[in-house]
Formats: sequence, C-alpha cells, structure tokens
Amino acid sequence: MSNGRLRWRKFVSNFMLAMTGVCAFVSVLVLFFILGYLLFNGGTSINWDFFTKLPKPVGEAGGGMANAIVGSGKILLLASLMGVPIGFLGGIYLAEFSGKGMASVVRYAADLLNGVPSIVIGIFAYSLVVLPFKHFSALAGAFALGMMMIPITLRSTEEFLKSVPRMLREAAMALGASKWKTIVTVIVPAAYRGIMTAILLALARVAGETAPLLFTAFGNRFESHGWSQPTATLPVMIYTYAVSPYDDWHRQAWAAGLVLLGLVLIINILARTILSRGIAVPRS
Amino acid sequence: MQASAKPEFSVNIVTNLTTPASRETSAALPMRMTISKLNFSYGPKQILFDINMGIADKKVTALIGPSGCGKSTLLRTLNRMYETVSTSRLEGEILLDGQDILAQDVTALRRRVGMVFQRPNPFPKSIFDNVAYGPRINGYKGSLADTVEKSLRHAALWDEVKDHLHKSAYELSGGQQQRLCIARALAVEPEVLLMDEPCSALDPISTAKIEELMVELKNLTTIAIVTHNMQQAARVSDFTAFLLTGQIIEFSPTPHLFTTPSDPRTEAYITGRFG
Repeated sequence: MSNGRLRWRKFVSNFMLAMTGVCAFVSVLVLFFILGYLLFNGGTSINWDFFTKLPKPVGEAGGGMANAIVGSGKILLLASLMGVPIGFLGGIYLAEFSGKGMASVVRYAADLLNGVPSIVIGIFAYSLVVLPFKHFSALAGAFALGMMMIPITLRSTEEFLKSVPRMLREAAMALGASKWKTIVTVIVPAAYRGIMTAILLALARVAGETAPLLFTAFGNRFESHGWSQPTATLPVMIYTYAVSPYDDWHRQAWAAGLVLLGLVLIINILARTILSRGIAVPRS
Repeated sequence: MQASAKPEFSVNIVTNLTTPASRETSAALPMRMTISKLNFSYGPKQILFDINMGIADKKVTALIGPSGCGKSTLLRTLNRMYETVSTSRLEGEILLDGQDILAQDVTALRRRVGMVFQRPNPFPKSIFDNVAYGPRINGYKGSLADTVEKSLRHAALWDEVKDHLHKSAYELSGGQQQRLCIARALAVEPEVLLMDEPCSALDPISTAKIEELMVELKNLTTIAIVTHNMQQAARVSDFTAFLLTGQIIEFSPTPHLFTTPSDPRTEAYITGRFG
C-alpha cells in the first residue's frame, strides 16, 4: 500500500472521530446553554415570592406564580390518575393476555396516538370536555395530558413486562400460582422499577406541554379552586408572559422556565434513583 | 419382529413395578403417579409415543436419554407445565394418587407436584420471601417463619443463610440458589417433586450437595428427575427410565438398568456409544 493512501485513511479516521466527538459535545452543550441562559435571565426573579405569591396586576413589579405551580401540580396529578392506570393495565393485557393479531393492532394504535401532535389532542379535549361544560377547566387540561400519557405508559409497561425472564413465570406457576397471581406477585414486581421510571418520564414529558393546555386549562391570574375552573399552569404562563410587552413579565417567564426545567430534572433524577434501587432481575 | 416386541416389553416392566408380585421389588411398591398410554405433541410434531410408567412413592425415579429424546417433556406433563405452550396436545392418562391430573384444577395440581428447573430461578425477592412465596399465595395460615426454616433445613441451606434471610436471593451462589429453589418448592409440601436437570448449571461441589439432598428428600417426598448425566442417575435414583426418540426403551430398577440392560440400545447409551 502506498504511503499516501495510508495517510488519507488515517486522516479520514481521525476526522470522523473528531466529528462524532464534536457532535456529542454539541448535544450536551445545548442543554447547558439553555440552563445557563435560563439562569442568567430568570435567576434574579426566583425568590420566595415567586413560589408563594399570586401574579401582580400589570404595571406592578414583583408577585409570583404560586397559582401556576399549584395548577401544574394539580393537572399533572389528575392526568396521571387518568392516563397511568389505563396505560398500565392495557400494557399488562398486551404483554400477558392478548393474541398476536390483537397485540399488533393495539401497539400500532398506541404508537400512532403517541405521534398525534399535542395541539390536536388539545382540540380534541376542547371539543369533548370544554364545549359541553362551557368552561375551561383543570379537568379538561388533565384529560388532554392524560391522553398523552396513555401510549407512553402502555408501551413501556408492555416492554418491561416482556423483559421479565420466562423462567420466573414458570417458577411461580410451578408453585400453583394462577396466571393473574403470577402477574401480580412476580412479573409486575420484577418489572416495577422499569415501569415506574417510564411513568415518571411520561410525566416529565407532558409537564412541559403547552399547546394542549392553551384551550383546555386556559390560564388564570388568580388561584383556582376545584377542578372546573380555568387553571394557570407553568407552560402557559411562560407563553403568556413571554409574548407580553413588559420587561418584568419577561424576567418572570424566564424564571418560570427555570422552575419547569428544574421540575423535569427532579423527576428524571427520581426516575434514575428508582431504577438503581432494590433487587434487580439479572438479565440472562 | 423386534420392533413390535419392544413396546410390549416395556409394558411388562411397568407391570412388574406396579404389581405387588414384582420379581425385582420384593414387597408391594405403591405408585404415587402412573402414566398410561401417553402420547404428546407440540403442534404437528409428536414428542412422546405410548409412554407407560409409574413413579414409585418415596423413591427417586430418573429419566435419562440423549438430547431431544423427550425426557424433559415427559417430566413437564406430570405437572401440566406443557400447557404454557398453546399448541400442545396430550392423549392418555396420568394419575396422581389414583386421580386423573387432567381433571383437576391446574393450580391445585401444581401445589401437589412441585418443580425445580434447569437453571436456578429465584424470584427477585429476599431469601425469606422466596421460600414463603408458595405458602403465601396458597393462603397458608400458620407460622411462615417456621415453614421457611423447616424448608431451608430440608434443603440443607439453613445454616448458610439463617443470619441473612432478608438479603436478596441473587446474592447467593448458583448452587445455593438452586437449593433455595428446592426449599421454595418444598415449602408447599408437594407429594411429588419434579427436577428438570437441576444440576446442569452447577459446579461439581454444588452438584454433589444436591445429589446428597435428593437421597435425603426421599423420606419426605417422591422425586422424579431428568438428567443427562448417567452417573448421577446411577448414584441417586431407585428406578431409571431410558428414553429414545420419544419412547421408553427400558424402565427398570436402577442397578438392573446399569448393570444388565435388557435392550442393546440401552447398553449402547450407558456405555457411551452415543448420546
């Protein structure tokens, strides 16, 4: 082989190595850039008031987003209560009971649902919950987010249940456990941490959704009691404040972004902690 | 001529074992399970052909034969584990204490006929919870701690684990895990314990321990073991069935089968000419 050819090969190899490294670095950089930018712009507005006070009227400085933080919490809780059980039980059916044909139909439908743009989910919730009640409400927002959580929970429950080794099922059945008992006492506990992680990640994913909340939960400058009133949420608050003409509101939008990102990070870390604790099933 | 004579011969052996007037087994030998005219297939593929044999009470019965001869499948018919495969089909009769196992509730049957698998398969739970699993799902009302201790003692594992019963079962060695699985199976006090090549994933020392255990467990329960290890069958079993391509070629008291096999194929197999 000629010397030049060898040098060319080495160059290509090094060049590609460098490119992959740079791209990996850039993807990490994006996160830290966003984080830094949020800190820089919103950090100053984060104080005790931000978490405890209601928004101030236009023109008055200060105030906080207590209502949006509580509202986001309420809606996420209700969304989980609606979406997680359906996705979880459906995932059990898919992994343990359904035939091949049925399973592929459900799986495909779930993947499609997962791909439905969130704004479309929003219109759907609007026409199904908001219009009949003639009211924007926390319930409608939770309905929209809950629907988005179903396919994520369903598919990951199915995957984690299926990854439980067959020999564990046989062990339980050989001891006289019925199919249902085997699932409840062995399969789900063995897959539990994976499923919990997936549910938390689904929660983190919908926590930042804005579009489906714009015309379901809408927003509110005040505290909203119960589930049937228009409710403020962090993502919608960010949107409203960011497009406003006031500098103080812009700063608060950045702060809200920071809080939201912090929330998602906390959920992610929580998910990872769950995944690394307890007795893991060895993969064979 | 020879082909037609064979099945008849193996039936004769079974009769010898089951009838009180047996020549080999002096006194009456009660059967815990009897299998008659068993044919079994997975989908279009027939695995077992006209199996007739008995599992003698409080004895160890070994099933030997080359890979794919159907010995594991035969074992799996005894607690109906084959039913996890939807295309399986079984004809014939299997009796447990004189009752047809096919007519029983499958979960009730499996409480009476326990099983230990090829590879140790403890649950991802603590040692205690593994052993307590069977009694718990069966609604056992007595003292779980006593049952767990008794079962672990029977499985010769108690002394090694008594101080850390609440540690994960996966912290045990492979041999200990397999003895834990035996303890787990014993905790529901099965009448019959099926063992599907229980030592195939273990080192020689763990294997020796489990073989020792099997001989002791005879006082407690009836054992049917599948093994590809002929020495193991010779060491631990009272009766041995030799299977080839889904048929029982020979079924005799173990010393008889290994010293004076009646069939040339048995002799060829035990002397290592094939398999």
